[in-house]
Amino acid sequence: MKKQILAAAIAASSLFAAVAPNVAQAADYKVDVAGAHASVQFKIKHLGYSWLLGRFNTFDGGFSYDAKSPNASQINMVIDTASLDSNHAERDKHLKSDDFLDVKKFPKATFQSQSMAFTDAHNGTVTGDFTLKGVTKTITFPVTKIGEGSDPWGGYRVGFTGETDLKLTDYGITTNLGPASTHVQMTLNIEGVRQ
Amino acid sequence: MLKNTKTAYGWVAILLHWLMALTIFGMFGLGLYMVELTYYDAWYKGSLDLHKSIGILLLGLLFIRTLWRCININPDSADEHASKFELKSAHLVHLGLYLLMFTLMLTGYLISTADGRGINVFELFTIPAIPFSIDNQEDIAGDIHEILAWALIILAGVHGLAAIKHHFINKNNTLVRMFKVKK
Repeated sequence: MKKQILAAAIAASSLFAAVAPNVAQAADYKVDVAGAHASVQFKIKHLGYSWLLGRFNTFDGGFSYDAKSPNASQINMVIDTASLDSNHAERDKHLKSDDFLDVKKFPKATFQSQSMAFTDAHNGTVTGDFTLKGVTKTITFPVTKIGEGSDPWGGYRVGFTGETDLKLTDYGITTNLGPASTHVQMTLNIEGVRQ
Repeated sequence: MLKNTKTAYGWVAILLHWLMALTIFGMFGLGLYMVELTYYDAWYKGSLDLHKSIGILLLGLLFIRTLWRCININPDSADEHASKFELKSAHLVHLGLYLLMFTLMLTGYLISTADGRGINVFELFTIPAIPFSIDNQEDIAGDIHEILAWALIILAGVHGLAAIKHHFINKNNTLVRMFKVKK
C-alpha cells in the first residue's frame, strides 16, 4: 500500500515536474491515529425516529497531498471492523455478528483512492475502492480540506473531512432494520502529520 | 423435613434442584430462540430483558444452593452396589454441573455489563457492572457463554440419563428420593 502511494506520488510529481518544474513534490502524511486527531464515525436512523451514532475506534491510514497539485493526492485507510463502538455492548455484539458486519470473517474494511478532483482550494471529490464485508465497490464522495500548517511542536499538519452514504444491502448486510434505516452515513475526519 | 439426612434429601435441596433444573432448560430454549429474532419482532427486546433478569435470579439461587450444600449433610449414594468408578464419576458430574452453572451465569453477566451498564432485574433492582472490562469483552464472553450453555445442557442430560438408569436398570432409590422426602 505504501509503495503504491509512493509510486503514485512519484509518478504524479514527475508528471508535474515536466509541466511545471518549480512545483514541490507531494508530501506523504500519516493519519494521526496515535494522537487521536482522526475518527471514523457512522450514523444510521433508529426506526426513523432518531439518529444512532457509532464509530470505529481502531483504524490507520496515510495520504499524499500537495496544496499546489491537490488532484494528485492519494489516500488509503484500513479500518478494524471489530473495533465498532456504539456505546452499548449488546448492540455492538449484534452489529459485529454475522447478522451485520461478520467481523470474524471480515476483520478489515479498506478504502483506496483512485482519483481526486478539487474544484477549489478546499472542496473536491474523491473516487476510490471501498471494501466492506468482502464487497468492493467504487464510490465517489465529497471531501473538504479544513486547514493546514505548522503545529506548535515542530511538525506540519493538514486535515480533511469527508462524508458518504452507503446502502447496507450493497455490502451484503441484509438484516432488515426497517424502511428508514437502509443507508448508513459514514463520516471520516482525518488529520495527517507530514512524514 | 427441610434438611438432608445421610440417606435422603430435604425439601430445600429438592426444591432448589428442580426449580433450577426447569429454569435452566427454559433459559436454554429462550436463549436459542431470542438470538434468532429480528429487529421488528415484538419480542426482540423483551426476550433479552427476561433472559438477563432470570439469569441474575438463577445466580442468586446458585449461591444459596451452594451455601446450603456446604452447611448441610450430603446424602450417601442410593446405590449400595455402586462401584468406585460410578461414585467418582457421579461426584465429578455434580462438580462439573456446579462449575458450568457458575461460569455460564458469569459470562452472561459479562456480556451485558461490558459497556459498564448494570443489569436491571425485572425493573425491580439493578446489579451494577464491575468497574473494568477487556477489549471486545461482549464478543469473547458471548462465545464462551454459548459453548458453556451447550456443555451444561449435555452434562445435565448425562446426569438425567444416569438417574433414569438407576431407576429402571439398577432399580434403586436414586431418582425417587429426588421427588419425595422420607417421613
